This record gives sequence, C-alpha cells and structure tokens, in this order.
Amino acid sequence: MAGIVGYGAYVPVHRIKVEEIAKVWGADAESYKKGLALVEKSVPSLDQDTITMSVEAARNALKRAKIDPSLIEATYVGSESHPYAVKPSGTVVSEAVGTSRNTHCADFEFACKAGSEAMFVCVGLVNGDTVKYGLAIGADTSQGAPGDALEYSAAAGAAAFVFGKEDGVAKVVATHTFMTDTPDFWRREYEYYPRHGGRFTGEEAYFRHVATASKQMMEKVKMKPQDFKFAVFHQPNGKFPMKVGEMLGFKREQIEAGWLAPILGNTYSGSSPMGLTAILDVARPGDMILMTSYGSGAGSDSFVYEVTKKIDEVRDVAPKTRQQLDKKRYVEYGVYAKFRGKIRMAD
Amino acid sequence: MFPARYWREMPQRYRLEAGKCKRCGKVCFPPRLVCPKCGNRTFDTVRLADEGVLKTYTVIRVAPSQFTGQSPYAVGIVELDGGVLITTQVVDILLDEIKLGQRVRVEFRRVQEDGSAGIICYGYKCVPAA
Repeated sequence: MAGIVGYGAYVPVHRIKVEEIAKVWGADAESYKKGLALVEKSVPSLDQDTITMSVEAARNALKRAKIDPSLIEATYVGSESHPYAVKPSGTVVSEAVGTSRNTHCADFEFACKAGSEAMFVCVGLVNGDTVKYGLAIGADTSQGAPGDALEYSAAAGAAAFVFGKEDGVAKVVATHTFMTDTPDFWRREYEYYPRHGGRFTGEEAYFRHVATASKQMMEKVKMKPQDFKFAVFHQPNGKFPMKVGEMLGFKREQIEAGWLAPILGNTYSGSSPMGLTAILDVARPGDMILMTSYGSGAGSDSFVYEVTKKIDEVRDVAPKTRQQLDKKRYVEYGVYAKFRGKIRMAD
Repeated sequence: MFPARYWREMPQRYRLEAGKCKRCGKVCFPPRLVCPKCGNRTFDTVRLADEGVLKTYTVIRVAPSQFTGQSPYAVGIVELDGGVLITTQVVDILLDEIKLGQRVRVEFRRVQEDGSAGIICYGYKCVPAA
C-alpha cells in the first residue's frame, strides 16, 4: 500500500488585502469578505511561477522524505498556470531537485484538481510497483480577471508529496474519483483570463462533485464523518469548504486545521493539497484524514489517509505551512498588478 | 540567454553544483576546468549549502534590458555555509531593510526571460532566512 513519505508546501511572501482590491474597483470590501469568507490572498513575485514554487515545495517534501532524490521515478506537476504552453514544467522541477534521469515526467491539467490528479497517479504507480518513489505536485499562480470576483481569491502556492511503498508519514488507505462534463469554469486557448458560470459554479459544480466523491469514498471505506479527525476540501473561497463539510456531516473543528483560504486565497491546483500539508503539520499518529479536491469541468478526487508514527520525526524538518503563511509582506494594487503582469508594457 | 548556454549551466544554476578539486580540495563555483589553486584538472561534484550570510550588496537602478521590469533590485555577494561566495540577487525584502551580515536562504526563481516568446531562465536568488 502506498504512503506519503514526505510532504512540503510553499507560500510566496507577498499578500494583498480584499480592501486594497475593492478600493480600485469601487466595490464593497465588506460584502466580498463576508461573501467569500476571506480577508487576503497570496501574490507571487515577478520572478515566481508554478515551476519555482513547485521546486521549493518539492525540496521541502524531500527534506521530510529523507531519501536520495535520484530514487524518484515519477514527477508530475498539476497546474493550470504552467509557464510554457509547450514545454513541461516537470522537467525543470526534476532537474532542479535532482531526480533520476529515468523519471517518468508529465504535466497535468484539470482546472483546480490537477494537483490531486498527480497524487492519484503516483499512488497508482507505487501500488502497482511501477515506480519506487513518485513526486506529485499541485501548484498555481492563479488567474483572475481585473475587477472579477475571482480577483479577490485567485492566489499562489504549491504543495508537493513524495509517495512510496512504505507507510511513510501517512498511509493512503483508499482513493476514489467522480467526474461529469460540467462547463462551470474554463479558459480557452490564447485567452489570458478564465471565464466562469457565476452561480452555476456552486450547486451543480463544486457541491455536487465534492459531496458525491466524499460520500462515495466514505461508503467505500465504510467510514462516517465522525471517524475522521480531519477533513480538507477544495477551497475556492473560505465559505464553500465549510458549507460542503457541514452538508456531509463534518464539524467545523475537523475542517479548520486545513482551512487556509481565509488568509491564503484559492491556490487552485495547490488548494486542497496545501490544506493537507497544514493538517499533517498538526496531525498525530493514528489520525484519519479525508481529502477531496475539486476541478472545474468537472471532477473530484478523494483520498483517505491514516497518519503514522513517523510524522513526529519529520514534521519540523521543513517549514510548516502556517509558519509560511504567517510570514508576509503586503503590497498595494499597483505592485500586485505589476507582479501579475496585468500592465501592458512596451516591447 | 541562448538555450544552449542556459542548458550547460543548469547544474550550477539549479542545484548549486560546484567542483571540488581532487588534489587540493578547493571548491570552485561555478565549476572550472582547471583548479586555480593547484592546476589540477579533476574534480568531484559537490552541492553547496542553501543558506549563508550577506557580505555586501549594491542596488541596480539602471538595469540591462532583460531586468528592467525588476529594477531597482539588489545584487549581493553571499558567503554560503562552507565558505563559497556567490553573486546573487537578494529578493523578497525592501531595499532599505537589507542588512550586511544577515542570514539568507537560496530559493529557486526566474532569473530572466528572452521576451514573451523566448525561454525562461531559472536559477538561484537569495531571500531573508528568517
């Protein structure tokens, strides 16, 4: 059975507050803060992208895994903001962390669940004895059009996991997936910003898929919400994961440890995987964790993990996720616009 | 930067790989063909530490074309743990908050890009350690 051998996250240092964005667009900050249940979001610098954050998260995961990177035989990077349209992010990440040259390498895309896809495939390859260790990463420098509701939440961050055959810090008890063709959010070729179906992104999209995948998963492993110490769901904002958790029968205290969106924003492919890293930072041996991602288009991957004794040995070896969140520097909208390439420059 | 040159320099830019002279033990970064201390031509590959101390820096206000979007920015000399000196940008800190002697950590960043259609060159920069 596969396990998480090492895990790591990366959060850029810059933040922008909801008030700062609302001020520019003449919007009511309080209604956005209340509606989205978030107060600020992370902002990548000019010199940061999905690849740079993936490398940093992977290095943190490898510190905790305590393995020679050359033993990694699969590298998968899930993102909807790969820096190149044609040229893999995974090759740069592999080269930077020093994996084997025989690493099977691919970039995944499935809106916000590209990261959990990478995890899902790594678990399968490890369970099937195709690879000894697999590196799965979810990372994004999320796009949101200026003035759009998405601009208040679209953030940046990365989470990385080394999967191996041993139990590691958490055993992968089961995986499950659910998907339909649901056009709730998309970005066409050559378009800079995504479009979305407004309220249609809720009931038939996020809630249906996350709830169905989670319910089916709990039936599969014959567990109830009260059997889990922690649960983490995709976090497009602060409100949705709490609401879907409540729908499923989870209590607030089961979700809070991995509930990062209120001070991080939506890191798209990094979202629920980063929440999982924050949970592992505080979990105790024997704790059960339910993780369910969501990607527009649409689908959800669900995982059940059981934390092992090894967690206490590796927890402090790399920066914890909330420690990184506490280290921040606020920027004004002008700097944010420059960092995010929203200003048209002369050639 | 041409793709071929960028490709050749990946080990040192991505993983801080240096050459350690097999005869006298001098560590050369970037790696060299001939040891400047003893003239030997054989080296072991070693990885440098990813933390160090900022020894000195300057602020670039009029930057080369591929860096204009980043100016003003700091370029410093960092003594990595183990004693090797590297020249690197110092980022994620306000210029008037940079202090000589402060601990810094190496991070993987975009260094430059060849316009919007060319290759993106990645490498190391330093950020405050704490």
